[in-house]
Amino acid sequence: MLEAIKSEIEANVSGCRLEVVPNSSPSGQHSLLIDCERALAVARFLRDAAHLRFDYCSNVTGIDWPGKEIVEKEKIKKLVDGVEQEVEEVRKTQSAGHLEAVYHLYSMEKKHGPVILRMRTKNRSDQTHLPSLTPIWRSAEFQEREIFDLYGIVFDGHPDLRRILMWDGFEDHPMRRDYVEPDDYEYEPTPHDEVLEKSKQHTHGVRAR
Amino acid sequence: MDEQLKSELSKQGIFATSLQELYNWGRKNSLWPLNFGLACCAIEMIAATMARYDMARFGAEVFRPSPRQADLMIVAGTITKKMAPQIVRLYNQMPEPKYVISMGACAISGGPFKQGYNVLKGIDRYIPVDVYIPGCPPRPEALIDALMFLQKKIDSQQLTGADRARHLDPDAPSEFIVPQFGAHDLEPPQNPEIWRPPLVEISLAEKNDAGSD
Repeated sequence: MLEAIKSEIEANVSGCRLEVVPNSSPSGQHSLLIDCERALAVARFLRDAAHLRFDYCSNVTGIDWPGKEIVEKEKIKKLVDGVEQEVEEVRKTQSAGHLEAVYHLYSMEKKHGPVILRMRTKNRSDQTHLPSLTPIWRSAEFQEREIFDLYGIVFDGHPDLRRILMWDGFEDHPMRRDYVEPDDYEYEPTPHDEVLEKSKQHTHGVRAR
Repeated sequence: MDEQLKSELSKQGIFATSLQELYNWGRKNSLWPLNFGLACCAIEMIAATMARYDMARFGAEVFRPSPRQADLMIVAGTITKKMAPQIVRLYNQMPEPKYVISMGACAISGGPFKQGYNVLKGIDRYIPVDVYIPGCPPRPEALIDALMFLQKKIDSQQLTGADRARHLDPDAPSEFIVPQFGAHDLEPPQNPEIWRPPLVEISLAEKNDAGSD
């Protein structure tokens, strides 16, 4: 079904690039990665096409994909002590990572769905803009605000983009993987894992026996 | 006053009491709670006031919509950091004498959200608490038990002397710092005058077994 929708969108929205993101888990909910420039046109087509009519956006989710370290090994011929030798060189580069917004679409009229749309930002630091789909589906308004609050994706074209859970002066994005929470730790009776590491750093409230 | 003499007099139809007893009796039986709830504990608080549990039996049925008319603050539920300044401000607006019941795991310590980023780890970081009720959420019986405990506490308060009640001590503060929204956390994260991290004894040997070092 998703392949059919994909080719249909490509036929009707000029110049859009789509990609099917497969899901290998038992649920098999594959999704469509859409490009930001044509996102509004794609969304409008999915909502308005007579036989598709995806009139209900049930859920908008944010995902943080932090940058990974890419290790490349390359064999290079080099002069070592005047003799030409083949040396293996390891290059490490850091990929930028990206933030993702996921939309779940259903059709109330045609009783089908879901179709899952994904949009990705270019990186996680300065190019975190995505087009807002709130003009197409009103139900996305608060959820896009929540993603803006917790992940830091800026939705262009959103009617009222403010923080929704945290206060206005708050500067961090708590759902990002590299978020460091304020250090207001107190004693835990049964520390384990991350909490155990924290409790080792805080010995001012603990009397050793 | 001698208890035996008092009971002897009452048998003769003479009622004798002290001003302190009368004062405490009046206050403990007309505790007016502030009408607000924060999370699921508030549902149990509502249930405690309804016909089945009937908190009105203890004189505490008049939930007031204004802090100016309330004696008792029942902090019922999860306190998010966004909500904490408003709670402290409401407490500051209540007239003395005032009491606080910290209801449920969240209001005591943050509860199941203790490791989260937006939940205050206990309201006692900002305001003094008289009675803590554990539970998630506590049953209405537990709230009524806490109320009766608070009544006993009020009944034993002294009007004069060094150990007199807090509201009769002119040096004891009646208002506390309202935390401000900071860039990363509430400022200050706790009021050091009333709350410090608890000093707890733990065995380091045991910790080494569980830990990596």
